[in-house]
Amino acid sequence: MQKRTLTGTRLREYRLRQGVKQGELATRVGISASYLNLIEHNKRKIGGRVLSALAGELDVEPSVLSQGAEVEMLAVLQDIALAQNAPEDLTNDIEDLATRFPDWAVQLVSQHRRISELERVVGGLNDRLTHDPVLSEKMHEVLAAVSAIRATASILIDEPQIDAEWRNRFHGNIDAESRRLADTSATMAQHFDQLGRRAEGFLTDPEELAAFLDGHQFHFPTVEDDGHFAIKDLIAGSEHLTRDGSRGLATAWLERYCTECASMPLGAFRTAALECDFDPGALAQQFDVGIHAVFRRLASLPEGPDIPQIGLVTCDGAGAFMTRKPLRGFSLPRFGAGCALWPLYEALMRPGQALRRLLRSEDGRLFAGYALAENRTKARFDDPPILVSSMLMIETSVTDHATDERSRRVGSSCRVCARHHCTARREPSILQAVTSE
Amino acid sequence: MGRSVLLIEDEPNIIEAISFLLSRDGWTVRIHSEGVGALDAVHRTQPDIVILDVMLPGLSGFDVLREMRLDPATRDCPVLMLTARGQQKDRDLAESYGVNHFMTKPFSNDEMVRTVRELADRGSPPQAQAPAAGKS
Repeated sequence: MQKRTLTGTRLREYRLRQGVKQGELATRVGISASYLNLIEHNKRKIGGRVLSALAGELDVEPSVLSQGAEVEMLAVLQDIALAQNAPEDLTNDIEDLATRFPDWAVQLVSQHRRISELERVVGGLNDRLTHDPVLSEKMHEVLAAVSAIRATASILIDEPQIDAEWRNRFHGNIDAESRRLADTSATMAQHFDQLGRRAEGFLTDPEELAAFLDGHQFHFPTVEDDGHFAIKDLIAGSEHLTRDGSRGLATAWLERYCTECASMPLGAFRTAALECDFDPGALAQQFDVGIHAVFRRLASLPEGPDIPQIGLVTCDGAGAFMTRKPLRGFSLPRFGAGCALWPLYEALMRPGQALRRLLRSEDGRLFAGYALAENRTKARFDDPPILVSSMLMIETSVTDHATDERSRRVGSSCRVCARHHCTARREPSILQAVTSE
Repeated sequence: MGRSVLLIEDEPNIIEAISFLLSRDGWTVRIHSEGVGALDAVHRTQPDIVILDVMLPGLSGFDVLREMRLDPATRDCPVLMLTARGQQKDRDLAESYGVNHFMTKPFSNDEMVRTVRELADRGSPPQAQAPAAGKS
């Protein structure tokens, strides 16, 4: 695998290896030599057509020169430099660090992620202790039972002459309360145990499900072949699924996968998808299924020579991600919100309206974006609709100028997006700080 | 004639124990076991003192206390508040509403009987009390 360095550095390496002069290459792609120099020294962000052109001249894939991970890595390094009130010089050294000590940079980034995760866990545990409804209810029950036992037992000790009827009644009460105390304390212990295990795993149930799906790239050949029978083994054999909660989520996911395999059998679906150029609308018609089901089925197709890479992201009405199948060249943030220009959010404003948008990612790649928001539950009078919005992204290679002009320029998340003059921006990008001189 | 206490509490076995203790001490004990209608019960029974649990179904003990203090007919009735939650903020809230005494569960029987007697003897007005014994 390519060693992880910055785009400019990599570009420079390729150019030198081929013995091309800087000025010569600049002229061939129509930029100034000094601008190319800035790019090669990672002083200018590079993407889109310039990157494609340079890559074309050097006869390499643009993706070899630019990697989405790099942008994310720079963002995290910037976070580290800023979070620790570092002197300004430190932020200036980020590029240098990432270029000269890529392994150290990766290590720093992964440690920073780990720290953030730990902070999240600590925050969660703290919330739990102070606001945990289960704990507070159980605590109340314990104290109520203990109070009853204490008061009743004191009566029995203090009043030896108490008449038999009262005595029997109080004995019965103590017995009942002690049973309740036993049950409640057992439930509490179990609750603490679960809290503890959650703290070790660092992951919530949905995060474990996401890791499981990522691990299989959303494709499950054994379920395709053997149906329901394969589900148990997949769940049991997964290193990602460590709890009943996440195993339940994964089972539900695979059960639905299985149903969708039956309504859209792999071979027929693949052929149909190729024939209609992966048009989810046409596929929904042909197989008589819902659009969201087609989205999931398309996202489950293994990438290959004739199958482009396909990403999927799903959120609820609050914009919280529920499903996230990442793809190269269109980065999806792991936490927080995405780009406000995504059709994913546009769809939430018009539930039931399927949207088709041509998207150009920050890396300059084109994606056919399809989005639809639907009710997750049956409509009920006076209840608000519970929506789920889904967006499918299919990499496409339309190159004509007119089509390109129509495309919508979207990002991933403001912090790591360097697009200038974006009306949807909600916070400054940390990349501009990195890439400005 | 004996004096009367209204016990507003929803735990049956605690009701039984407190009723027994106070009856032995010469009190007429009346019971109301939820928050809703508690104020009416105070009006109806005209007790010399109210023992009020915080965690009640329907309406919390704090709400009952506030209603009592807003109503001229019950404003001066001594209130002993019982709670399984001995947190300072609960204590502060109860005091700001004008509780006469705040006691945490589990309580000692002697202390319960003694406090009820003292509060009824003293009558109102409400005043700040030293924290009840028990865990801090």
